[in-house]
Amino acid sequence: MPTGRLAVWWLIASEIVIFGGVLGAYLMHRLGHPEWANQSMHTSTWKGALNTFILLTSSLSAVLAHNAASRGDGKRAAKLLWATIGGGAAFLVVKSFEWTAEIKAGYTISSNTFWSFYYTAAGIHGLHVIAGMIVMMFVAADAAKGKELQRVENAGLYWHFVDLVWIFLFPLLYIAK
Amino acid sequence: MSDTAHAPAAPGSHAVAHASHPDSFYVKIWGVLLVLLVVSVVGPELGIRVVTLFTAFGIAVVKAYLVIKNFMHLGVEKKYVAYLLLTMLALMVVMVGGVGPDVLRHQGTNWDNVAAKKAVEAGLKAGGGHGEHGADHGAPAPGAASPGEAH
Repeated sequence: MPTGRLAVWWLIASEIVIFGGVLGAYLMHRLGHPEWANQSMHTSTWKGALNTFILLTSSLSAVLAHNAASRGDGKRAAKLLWATIGGGAAFLVVKSFEWTAEIKAGYTISSNTFWSFYYTAAGIHGLHVIAGMIVMMFVAADAAKGKELQRVENAGLYWHFVDLVWIFLFPLLYIAK
Repeated sequence: MSDTAHAPAAPGSHAVAHASHPDSFYVKIWGVLLVLLVVSVVGPELGIRVVTLFTAFGIAVVKAYLVIKNFMHLGVEKKYVAYLLLTMLALMVVMVGGVGPDVLRHQGTNWDNVAAKKAVEAGLKAGGGHGEHGADHGAPAPGAASPGEAH
């Protein structure tokens, strides 16, 4: 296995512990605190669903970029990576509108433990989205010149993991009311 | 490790040869994921707890499986990668299993989590049925207990 890809799998393994810890702790508290239902009912299911759609679509463009790279088509891989970066930006825009509405409504990170978990879990995830976007900018710049095409798959693996985390955050924070 | 990431990528080389399906295959998987997303949103609207649990969390697991198998190509990756990831998941299960009894229960044979009980009581009493971002804009969060209390 190429060293770069092994490193990304290793990174993902460590991320499982980070997000697994946060989600596991959230799940236990959610089950032990029935009163959290009164708080979770204020999260916006539709904004969460929209962001799920955006991330799933960006995962599609990431795997298509990988496919293009495997054919040696660096220019198409770069374009698809930029589309993925655009998906990440759209996700953050939706999130900013969502958080603005919630903070204006008085639901802040210090309101109570539900909202502390909510902002912490979604915040850490958002930071990973930003990190993935930055990495993909560098990879796309090289791919456009036909260089280091193996990195397209590595960046894609990380992005799919970010998508995976959201797939579990969505029902926990937005569906389980 | 049989090679490194330093070699220039050649089309069809091992370093970039993981994706072996036509683009249309990935678009189909994406379509299935979107259908599952719709089901996971609509399912809870029925208001049946079992249906909600299945459509929300069961479908999340199915979606995750589709992404791992088809987008991340874990099925054709070296086996030790799957073992590495499963080990991390197992550690999470150990963590949840070890801590769970203390968090899920608020009372035991020789202990009583007074703060947690108070938080539950105060939160339930305060209620908060305002709908999504509903009628209480500008008001403090209903049933807000201090972070310390809710433990």
